[in-house]
Amino acid sequence: MITFEAVAKRYAGGYTALAGVSFEIRHGELVVLSGHSGAGKSTLLKLIPVIERPTAGRVLINGQEVSAMARRAIPYLRRNIGLVLQESRLLYDRSVFDNVMLPLVITGHPPRDAAKRVAAALERVGLGGREREMPAGLSGGEQQRVAIARAIVNRPSILIADEPTAHLDPAYAHDIADLFRSFNSAGVTVVISTHDASLFAASQPRRLVLHKGLLVEGGE
Amino acid sequence: MTNWFYLHWRAFAQACSRLLAQPLSTALSALVVGIALSLPAGGYLVLDNIAGLARGVSGAPEISVFMAPEAAAAQVRAVRQKLDADVRVARHRFVPRDEALAQLERAGLGDVLGGLASNPLPDAFIVVPLGEDPELFDALAGELRALSGVAHVQLDSEWVKRLHALLGLGKTAVLVLAALLGVALVIVTFNTIRLQILTQRAEIEVSRLLGATDLFICRPFYWFGCLQGLLGGLVALGTVWAVVQALRAPVQGLAETYGTVFVLSGPQAPEAAAILGFAAVLGWMGSAISVRRHLAGDRPG
Repeated sequence: MITFEAVAKRYAGGYTALAGVSFEIRHGELVVLSGHSGAGKSTLLKLIPVIERPTAGRVLINGQEVSAMARRAIPYLRRNIGLVLQESRLLYDRSVFDNVMLPLVITGHPPRDAAKRVAAALERVGLGGREREMPAGLSGGEQQRVAIARAIVNRPSILIADEPTAHLDPAYAHDIADLFRSFNSAGVTVVISTHDASLFAASQPRRLVLHKGLLVEGGE
Repeated sequence: MTNWFYLHWRAFAQACSRLLAQPLSTALSALVVGIALSLPAGGYLVLDNIAGLARGVSGAPEISVFMAPEAAAAQVRAVRQKLDADVRVARHRFVPRDEALAQLERAGLGDVLGGLASNPLPDAFIVVPLGEDPELFDALAGELRALSGVAHVQLDSEWVKRLHALLGLGKTAVLVLAALLGVALVIVTFNTIRLQILTQRAEIEVSRLLGATDLFICRPFYWFGCLQGLLGGLVALGTVWAVVQALRAPVQGLAETYGTVFVLSGPQAPEAAAILGFAAVLGWMGSAISVRRHLAGDRPG
């Protein structure tokens, strides 16, 4: 489903984030990406929704080379990829409902159906009935749940999360990890980068380990 | 199509809420745009009123066609037929030589004319052409001059030429003013949208990550520019209307001292629509340039 073929990424300053990384993720897999800070985890994840483009190699999703995709086609690719970043990146002047609604607004979803989907997504992450609250009034863990609800509300086939538990207490972190596991059980392909791979150990995910831009475990 | 309307409706509502969220800034921008627009709009209105006044005071230009004293009746008939058939002629009147003589006698010149052996006056046609174009009058006069039996053609169009030259100059000045102030309006909108983009940057970035197209992101800003221009257009219309109301009585009084009736007219529906449309288009242009300039550099991917 997701294929990296000898992918390299070198930034303008000459820093090499990834050096010839190759692997394949199958549909419905739960993949945990680990490694030290600066190993290239975030860069690798950004290549999937084409937030970054590789300087060498190819990234393919369902056989389509997304790394060479025309700029105007990228938004449509991203609509099928749920994205959760280290910071929740919520809009703090909007309610929880409006934040989760945003992907559906972007796709022009009919408002009535969209409202049902938002309610269902919030229910799924344990925030049912809190639509009218503002993000600033939520804890860090709850804000991250809102971000997850926003990522799944469009029912994506791929869910990418970059250190979603980085700033959370251990109890919250386990809750979030459980959420991702449950999405994967429902058939969603989940790719998560984390410093703490033990959070997902129970579900025996596939592990990819990066070290200084090289894939040292789990590749081809 | 429904989705297209929904997205536009949403962008429109978003633009309205952004305008309402900063009432002072919105009012100041509308005032700047409105005052800038009211100058060329007022100038156009003044020219329009002057043209109307000139038409009312001086009447339509006339072409006098004098036949040769020895012209045959058939030649007079031919000139009449030509005038009847020509679409450039609004109306014409034949003045026979006897009637011309009688007019002079009534004017008190009977004693002078009585000393002459015969009537020295020719038959004549008084022609009122259509339109106000001096070049057309010249062409018509030239054709009449070439007709058989015509001795002299007198075209009373000098004042029309001068008026057209003055009005043309005035129109050019108004156009130049409109262009310059139009650029100012585009710059005002450009800057307002730039500030809007800076305050909305987080939302723009998140929207892009969630799959928003450039058009989705730009649409509310386009509406914002249009609405700001439209508000400015309304201020311009209000300003022009107020000035017309203030000047109406003094101008009317001045006209009466010249023995004429003149009422200063304000912008009518077509002019009002043109001002509003012009303002909205300029607002849209300013926003489009600003959005392209300020969003081009920060696209992820």
